[in-house]
Amino acid sequence: MADTPVEYIKHHLQNLTYGKLEAGYERFDGTVVSETGWTFARTAQEASDMGFMAIHVDTLGWSIAMGVLFLGLFRFVATRVTTGVPGALQNLVEITVEFIENLVKDGFHARNPLIAPLALTIFVWILLMNVLKLIPVDYIPTIAHAMGLEYFKIVPTTDPNATFGMSIGVFLLIIFYSLKVKGVTGFAKELGMQPFNHWALIPVNLVLEILVLIVKPISLALRLFGNMYAGEVVFILIALLPLWAQWTLNVPWAIFHILVIPLQAFIFTMLTIVYLASAHEEH
Amino acid sequence: MNINLTLIGQSIAFAIFVWFCVKYVWPPITAAMQARQKKIADGLSAADRASLDLELAQEKAAQQMHQAKEDAAALIDQANKRAAQIVESSKDDARKEGEKLIEQARAEIQQERVQARDALRTEVALLAIAGAEKILETSVDAKAHSEMLDKLAAQL
Repeated sequence: MADTPVEYIKHHLQNLTYGKLEAGYERFDGTVVSETGWTFARTAQEASDMGFMAIHVDTLGWSIAMGVLFLGLFRFVATRVTTGVPGALQNLVEITVEFIENLVKDGFHARNPLIAPLALTIFVWILLMNVLKLIPVDYIPTIAHAMGLEYFKIVPTTDPNATFGMSIGVFLLIIFYSLKVKGVTGFAKELGMQPFNHWALIPVNLVLEILVLIVKPISLALRLFGNMYAGEVVFILIALLPLWAQWTLNVPWAIFHILVIPLQAFIFTMLTIVYLASAHEEH
Repeated sequence: MNINLTLIGQSIAFAIFVWFCVKYVWPPITAAMQARQKKIADGLSAADRASLDLELAQEKAAQQMHQAKEDAAALIDQANKRAAQIVESSKDDARKEGEKLIEQARAEIQQERVQARDALRTEVALLAIAGAEKILETSVDAKAHSEMLDKLAAQL
């Protein structure tokens, strides 16, 4: 564990990175990498030097674990589903499904059997990933440290890779359905002839509309990431307080996050529905 | 906070999860929910129908009860009438019988009276004849005077 507060914070905000180091790279302890290969980064500098060819093992592992938990739970219920009186677990699942179904019914008027399950996946998955944040910041990293892992950040949504990974998925769906519903010409017309319906203003329209399009996934990803990251930083700062004083700030902040966690999951879901609905609408 | 392959990994995981959810999670759960909704709706409408049926049955029962009451009243009325009739007719019969008996008795009495009178008359006639014989000390030719005696007897 790090000594100074700054090191402590930096340490907690560093992902466990497994990436490629080029031959000749000088590592943190002065040794030189003899041949190009994949290894765990030991310092933040190493992690950033790995560049694009690296994986955040913790982010990916925990997000996949949460996804599997979500799908396992829901699949478990789906195979034992009864039309009679539902049990507690089925009730919980049905409440969630119905909640999403109503959201989609209100916000999405075209017919597309993909949208509702997509929204359900986004909502529950993000919710579960965000919930990890309520685990005290030192628990898992300490355990990981005992297992010999230098860094361990368990909340995937505090990693922009995770949030952008999802928002890019949504972005591709927006493009796909825009092209599918409106056709190439229809989509091009939407980009070129709005908001100013005049041929001379097509370049202006293009710039505006493409900007609007690009901003959608960025706003999705950054909103979720920003909220979760900031919350995480505050939790870490609170963890720097003396032990006896921590609860005075920790408890209210955690209670506040009980609100923030589902809210952020809801916003991501709602915006996805809205974006895809507009992709289905002919102008 | 480096952008790296995690981004692509996350996108792939996302796609797989969505595919799984679309294929194996969403359809059975929503199908069950819709089936339950239908079941509840059917149950409610069945309950409505049942209460309507009940109302109709109650109405019918009340009607039948009323009918039965009327029938019973009519029967009782009829029976009363019949009983009165029977009583009346048996009274009549009894009266007739009584009158017949009285008549008969009367006739018998009359007969007996006539007989008694006849016997008395004969007796009296014999007595008279005997008296007359005694008085006359002669025998009266019964044959010769029978006509006269009969006349006498008829006068008595």
